[in-house]
Amino acid sequence: MTTLDFSHVSKRYHVRGSGDLLAVDDVSFSLTSGQTIALVGQSGSGKSTIAKILTQLEHQTSGEVLLDGEAIPRRGPALRRYRQRVRMVFQDPFASLNPYHTIRHHIERPLRLDKVVPKHEVDDEVHRLLERVRLDAAVIDRRPHELSGGQRQRVAIARALASRPELLIADEPVSMLDVSIRLGVLNLLADLQRQSNLGVLYITHDLATARHFSDEIMVMHRGVIVERGPADDVILDPQHPYTRELRSASPDPDKHFAGRSGMDARS
Amino acid sequence: MTVSNFPPTDDGEPVSDAIRTEPRRPRRMARVGQTFAMFRNGKSIAGLIILAVFVIAAVFADVIAPYGALEKDFTALKQPPSAQHWLGTTHLGEDVFSQIIYGTRGVLVVGLVAGVLATFVAVVVGVAAGYVRGWRSESLSALTNVFLVIPGLPLIIIVASQYDNPSIVLISAVIAITGWAWGARVLRAQTMSLRNRDFVLAARANGEKLYRIIAVEMLPNLTAIIASSFVGTVTAAVLGLTTLAFIGVIPITNLNWGTILFWAQQNGAFPDFWWWYIPAGLCIAIFGMALSLINFGIDEYVNPRLRSAGERARAMRKKGMSLTSGVTAVRSEPAAKSPSSVEIEEDREPARP
Repeated sequence: MTTLDFSHVSKRYHVRGSGDLLAVDDVSFSLTSGQTIALVGQSGSGKSTIAKILTQLEHQTSGEVLLDGEAIPRRGPALRRYRQRVRMVFQDPFASLNPYHTIRHHIERPLRLDKVVPKHEVDDEVHRLLERVRLDAAVIDRRPHELSGGQRQRVAIARALASRPELLIADEPVSMLDVSIRLGVLNLLADLQRQSNLGVLYITHDLATARHFSDEIMVMHRGVIVERGPADDVILDPQHPYTRELRSASPDPDKHFAGRSGMDARS
Repeated sequence: MTVSNFPPTDDGEPVSDAIRTEPRRPRRMARVGQTFAMFRNGKSIAGLIILAVFVIAAVFADVIAPYGALEKDFTALKQPPSAQHWLGTTHLGEDVFSQIIYGTRGVLVVGLVAGVLATFVAVVVGVAAGYVRGWRSESLSALTNVFLVIPGLPLIIIVASQYDNPSIVLISAVIAITGWAWGARVLRAQTMSLRNRDFVLAARANGEKLYRIIAVEMLPNLTAIIASSFVGTVTAAVLGLTTLAFIGVIPITNLNWGTILFWAQQNGAFPDFWWWYIPAGLCIAIFGMALSLINFGIDEYVNPRLRSAGERARAMRKKGMSLTSGVTAVRSEPAAKSPSSVEIEEDREPARP
């Protein structure tokens, strides 16, 4: 059982000419393996900054991030061990894979880096990982530009899973994909989460997929978490005005615009 | 990129059938092919062929040249082109054609050495300045700018005049010192844009070491710019060398096209003895043109928008697509085993380095 505690974390950016920007303001939450939390908010609300702090691509200005009670080391082999346990899937599969390298390279690197399997088994493990994300083994020597968006995101997921992490941060993993394949990728993530008892932080701006995919939802607005709770409660009975606004901003498939009664429009 | 014409799998996405259809070339070949992809266009190939002719002339000068470079024939002074002397003779009866052939050596050696040195400095300074942040980046950038505004030729003249007989390596080094800054500047800009790309962040988040991120993840994506910077420096080096030789800063022991012009000018060849100076001048021009063609080719590879409309149409016809008036190109013949097949082919830019 792994627990990641994000406690009273703030992140301040210095913006040249316009003072400081408080991207994340005293945010606390904890994520345990097996649990899925959705972090919902609009662009610029600080969601991705949280993801970057979790992967230590950025350092928090104040507060602590604890993995099983221990602070994240700033450097060295201990940091790499932390990174091996907490992995991230990036938003844009067209940017997160190196155009020069083959799919094999992308999945092989974490395997070799973290010495997940002995050297002679690396190739088998790559094939196993491709199978887990339901990609054909023939993609192995292809380059990212020869794959579709959905296929690339599967490669990115396989790469994230390669080091056998306990926690996974998915930063809008489907927002750059076609609507028609989003569900496939989300279901894959859900399956993998169940199989490996992963803890997933699902960052999104889409309330609908957040409800579909996660147990708990945190709504973030201007660096602050304004509402949190079980997924259904947050969606069906939003307390904070921003959550209500978010909910009404997303189209509801049950309602038609044409021929709506005045009652509906007002409610 | 055609992936849309396959039956979707259980979770709604055509996962991998598209990938099964064609056998792959061996990995290594594909990689070599990709590394040299920037040279696979008409302009680059034309430039490379011209360059190859000069290289062959330089390497096999002893075989090709009918006379020695300084072999004098006092019975034939300032002769116009003839069967014995294809490009005529100098005031000492030296064969101009042979001098051109041997002179190619000096040009190529200095160009190559200066190009390699300058590119090395440009890559080290440029990539470092692009990767680090804050005052380190700024100071490296300031250094680059200083070298960018130093007028190259006067500096070379001053340095070269300190030595009685400057060696070829010294000349190349001085040319390189004044020529690396431009490449470093371009590389810095490109590295800055690369370092924030997701795939570099992903490598960092995976815990890759700094040297691996730079050497394995970033440098391959900079090859086209490094190549173009190299070619540009070689051009500048060759022009610098011939200029220096022409104004007499470099001793005559280093025979190159500029030296030929120097002697021609010293001995009153202009304008009557055209065979003496025109071939050397033409060689400089053609050599510069060849390198520029290679560079244009690389530029077009890096930025396909630079291609002229005709070339783009040709490239698309090669892929079996017809150019319609719309923005989306559509394959003219239906793809095999596709029930509802309009395959949309994106006019995708090649992987940008």
